[in-house]
Amino acid sequence: MPLVLTEDQEMLRESAAGFLKDEAPVSALRELRDSGSEDGFSRELWAKMAAMGWAGILVPEEYGGADFGMVGAGVVAEEMGKQLTATPYLSSAIMAATALNALGSQAQKEQHLTKIAAGEELFAIAHDERGKHSTLGVALKAERMGNGFRLNGAKTFVADGHVADQIIVSARTSGEPGEANGITLFLVDSGTDGLKIEKTAMVDSRNAARIDFNNAEVTADAVLGEIDLGADGLEKILNAGRAGLAAEMAGSAAQAFGMTLSYINERKQFGVAVGSFQTLQHRSAHLYTEIEICKALTLKALQSLDEGAEDAAKLVALAKAKATKVSLLAAQEGVQMHGGMGMTDEFDIGLYLKRAKVAGELLGDSSYHGNRLAEMLGY
Amino acid sequence: MSDLQQFRAETRQWLEENCPADMRDGKLSEDTSCWGGRKWEFTSEGQRLWLERMGARGWTVPTWPSEYGGGGLSKEEAAVLKQEMKAIGARKPHDNFGITMLGPALLKFGSEAQKKEHLPKVARGEIRWCQGYSEPNAGSDLASLRTKAEDAGDHYVVTGQKIWTSYADKADWIFCLVRTDSEAPKHKGISFVLFDMESEGVSTKPIKLISGSSPFCETFFDGVSVPKANLVYEENKGWDVAKYLLTHEREMIGSLFGGMSEGRSLGELAVKAIGTNPLGQLDDPLLRAKLIETEIDSLAFGALLQSVSDRAKGGESLGAVSSVLKYYGTELNKRRHELKMEIGGSDEMEMTDNNNDGQAARDWLRTKGNSIEGGTSEVQLQIIAKHILQMPNA
Repeated sequence: MPLVLTEDQEMLRESAAGFLKDEAPVSALRELRDSGSEDGFSRELWAKMAAMGWAGILVPEEYGGADFGMVGAGVVAEEMGKQLTATPYLSSAIMAATALNALGSQAQKEQHLTKIAAGEELFAIAHDERGKHSTLGVALKAERMGNGFRLNGAKTFVADGHVADQIIVSARTSGEPGEANGITLFLVDSGTDGLKIEKTAMVDSRNAARIDFNNAEVTADAVLGEIDLGADGLEKILNAGRAGLAAEMAGSAAQAFGMTLSYINERKQFGVAVGSFQTLQHRSAHLYTEIEICKALTLKALQSLDEGAEDAAKLVALAKAKATKVSLLAAQEGVQMHGGMGMTDEFDIGLYLKRAKVAGELLGDSSYHGNRLAEMLGY
Repeated sequence: MSDLQQFRAETRQWLEENCPADMRDGKLSEDTSCWGGRKWEFTSEGQRLWLERMGARGWTVPTWPSEYGGGGLSKEEAAVLKQEMKAIGARKPHDNFGITMLGPALLKFGSEAQKKEHLPKVARGEIRWCQGYSEPNAGSDLASLRTKAEDAGDHYVVTGQKIWTSYADKADWIFCLVRTDSEAPKHKGISFVLFDMESEGVSTKPIKLISGSSPFCETFFDGVSVPKANLVYEENKGWDVAKYLLTHEREMIGSLFGGMSEGRSLGELAVKAIGTNPLGQLDDPLLRAKLIETEIDSLAFGALLQSVSDRAKGGESLGAVSSVLKYYGTELNKRRHELKMEIGGSDEMEMTDNNNDGQAARDWLRTKGNSIEGGTSEVQLQIIAKHILQMPNA
């Protein structure tokens, strides 16, 4: 498949870019932050996005979705990344929809997919248990109890966990943390007894949650996929999220770079624009090159997921590793090249730095994915 | 069956019947290339036949028009040909700067007579070309070149010196930048001319590199007579041709190094040389980290190459993007060879027969030139800053 967007995907990009610029620019994130918004995003805006088909971007048409595939989902994520738009898009529209498409029973699909597409039900993926991401490092215990299960343990860094109606939880039904076998996924209502959800304001002004499971009881219907054999499905969900996040970060990097370039081309010192200095020109040209590489690679990873390509997992690890490094580089260089202004809250570049840090950590940083990649390559 | 499927079937059959057995070993290195030309000594009868047969069909230059000796193939057909050749491990029949550099420039800027005269000979591998660009005092500042071409009625008299002329001692003809107006601003007094390296007054002297090999020469012109019919495009407009050609050269260099992850990965080489720990990981954690950083950048760069190539197929013009490829591709190649040497350690530093005459070390040394030749990395960054990012002039 050619590594370019199709006409439909290009149209989607244009409409997303226009909408987000008008409705959800960076100033909207500031407003959410400064007003101390409880949700951390605008429900009104999310309803509009749902009406445009974004909440159901991966949901099949029979459930009212747009079924645009991962490339389409990534295109929207990239545009959101440019504006730092805070929405439950990654958790609900990308990861939860992927989970239900791949693993959901007929009943689960019918119950949830229509609501996801309509933007009526919000999801979160509760997976990490410590400050560093690990695919198989699941310790949260799920013990059989009659017809159901009893969950005990703690999850952290659950993006959108504080607003979620439904939570997809990775749990261990057998085996030890680090083992693939013994992982089971559960679909848990956030109002279930025994759940303690604590909102955690993050440095990027978006919210996540810590969730304690204290003898939380669920029925057997809550199992998503197969008992003990959840690792493959989990990997699918995480990979969709990683690729979507890589697209978001590619967008953020491009935008941070564009802002920086405008700034240094205007800012005068020694009587000339500082952008005329070769030291900044070469760093800018290098950064541009890295961003172009990041964009091409992200598209390739998204395409590989849609095609179900054999090397999709490898490409996703690559894309997340690269996007993490490049978006951080773009933000770090951006702050430095803005000089003193880059350190002020008034300028937007700092917001990009904060988001790059959090998005980089979310679903695995560049060391984590580099390490996985080395293993996939046999060393 | 679609036309393209039909073409594939016919191509497969023709290759099967015409590609000599010893040309099917999948080797694509500089050592196994067939450079052709008047002085070429074929390494085997197979190599001779392969060039002759492919040249006769124009498949050495598949997309050039057939009236100029090309294959007249569409981009899609050319892609099929490439795939079918790869499938049987066919070597490239012919390498020539006439194919990668002069040809595209002549197709765009040459007169009808020049195209008819020179292109078919490139296609058939009869004339090997070299490029006369850099001079001792005109490297990164190429446009300040001083080799002069004086008007002598129906011909020019060319006097001066070139340097870094690749394989000048083995080439038959040269495409050369000369100054035809020394009063004009430096970019505006340059012309692009072609002449025979056997002309009186031409001499060459190989330059020995740190790698021990001598792929480049100093080239001297002492009153060389060049017919005006050999002026390409217009007098004093040679810089336009030169820039166009450099774009092709840079794209080629960038793509070349991007595609070099063939064969064993760095990780595999390292595991073989150093071994693994009980976790199955390379038994040198810091080296492993360095390897994966470079491998990530290499594989990621492959995606950019594909994207650029697919966009070009869609008709997008490349322009300064070639500088992006040249910059990143050559810097990556240097990193890879540094790591290869680090993996091999002292074993790869032995310049002995039983270590293949120190080939790895020679290759490592050679890569240091990658980010200098064809415009340094710094020049490429400057082009990106100026032409893509449109940053202000100092």
